[in-house]
Amino acid sequence: MMDKTFGWRLPATAFLAAGLIVSGGPAHAGDDPHDPYEGFNRAMFAVNEGLDKVVVKPLAQVYDEAIPLPAKAGVGNLFDNIADLRNALNNTLQGKLAEAGNDLGRLLINSTVGIFGLFDVASELGLARHEEDFGQTLAVWGAGDGGYLYWPLVGPRTVRDTFGLVGDIYTDPTWGTINKSVATRNSMLGLRFVEVRASLLPTDKVIEEAALDKYAYVRDAYLQRRRNLIFDGRPPRLDDDY
Amino acid sequence: MTKLLAFCFASLVSFVAFAQEAPDVLVQRVTEEVLEIVSKDKDIQNGSTQRVIDLVDQKVLPHFNFRHMTALALGKDWKKANPEQQQQLTAEFKTLLVRTYSNALTNYKNQKVVFKPLKMNPADSEVLVRTEVMQPGSKPVQLDYSLEKLDNAWKVFDVVVAGISLVTNYRDQFGQEVRNGGIDGLIQSIASKNKSLQGNVAKADKK
Repeated sequence: MMDKTFGWRLPATAFLAAGLIVSGGPAHAGDDPHDPYEGFNRAMFAVNEGLDKVVVKPLAQVYDEAIPLPAKAGVGNLFDNIADLRNALNNTLQGKLAEAGNDLGRLLINSTVGIFGLFDVASELGLARHEEDFGQTLAVWGAGDGGYLYWPLVGPRTVRDTFGLVGDIYTDPTWGTINKSVATRNSMLGLRFVEVRASLLPTDKVIEEAALDKYAYVRDAYLQRRRNLIFDGRPPRLDDDY
Repeated sequence: MTKLLAFCFASLVSFVAFAQEAPDVLVQRVTEEVLEIVSKDKDIQNGSTQRVIDLVDQKVLPHFNFRHMTALALGKDWKKANPEQQQQLTAEFKTLLVRTYSNALTNYKNQKVVFKPLKMNPADSEVLVRTEVMQPGSKPVQLDYSLEKLDNAWKVFDVVVAGISLVTNYRDQFGQEVRNGGIDGLIQSIASKNKSLQGNVAKADKK
């Protein structure tokens, strides 16, 4: 559920270029060692909050209310099925071949018995879904996170995960290989974007009410979530000195 | 008289049983009790935040160690607080966490919780109980509880949702408040946050 926040995909090359400029420029000295670009990030966060309030969230709410639950589940499953290709690829790159085989099995079963991925039959059969992406692969290969960044529409990404996003886009069938038509591709990306935002609607209130500083709450939740994913759900406990 | 005695005996037995209840059994029992009530309570289904907060207060809180949670949320700053400040911090943070937890709870409808097998040695005084929340139409969400053994009973000191600790996620925000206004500044920030949220509840429940 939560991880979907970070699944927003947009043409990333431009962002990547901007990211390099940011990394090269003088850092806004944040107090947090994880957040060297805090000044830039907070500005982008404010932009995104505005966009979300006026455009993205209303769209997601319309989608959420207009589409009945089984159809929404089908759309979610469809995109999850496509993502299993990414999961399999990255599990392979991380040397987790059994998991990669599991992901390919899921892809095969859900694309056929699950009718083009509309139904997640594989989970019912006990093949668990993994959440893998190129950003995690880079981490497993030993890349540092490079500092936290906040992109408009894309949302939180570290520098490493921004590079990871580019890798994900190049290997994502939704972005290129299976769609010859630009219109189809754009509709698919648009639908996925709205679906992801809609699935996050319930968490809005939790974050709004829990956070003293929403920006910092989202940042730290993202960093914890990514750490958890990199360690496949079993991160070593950090030092709790107090 | 025999009935009364039998009742006393039964309560005693159940008390002893609870005192030595294994951590995973405890989490499962409390979770199932709470879900059972949530699924039947009409006020909760109509969106009464206050009802959920009362429920959490009554069923869940006795099994939480809020002092430990608050210390964990503050990290190194915890030692800067004197005993009285530590008490105030614990009280305010408790109010805030209860609300977060209650909000998270009302998000789920028709959910099922799967309890993972527990890995622990009999001598362990700290343990991680792993569960997964399944909901129709959504991906499963990992929900883990860290528990510690205190005077013969297990107490929760951390709740981790999808890898995000609801407790340590506050550490940077609290650190920032302490740098800006000291420990008292932090107490004040949480207190005013709680106050504004309490106003929201009153408004929402009146509707």
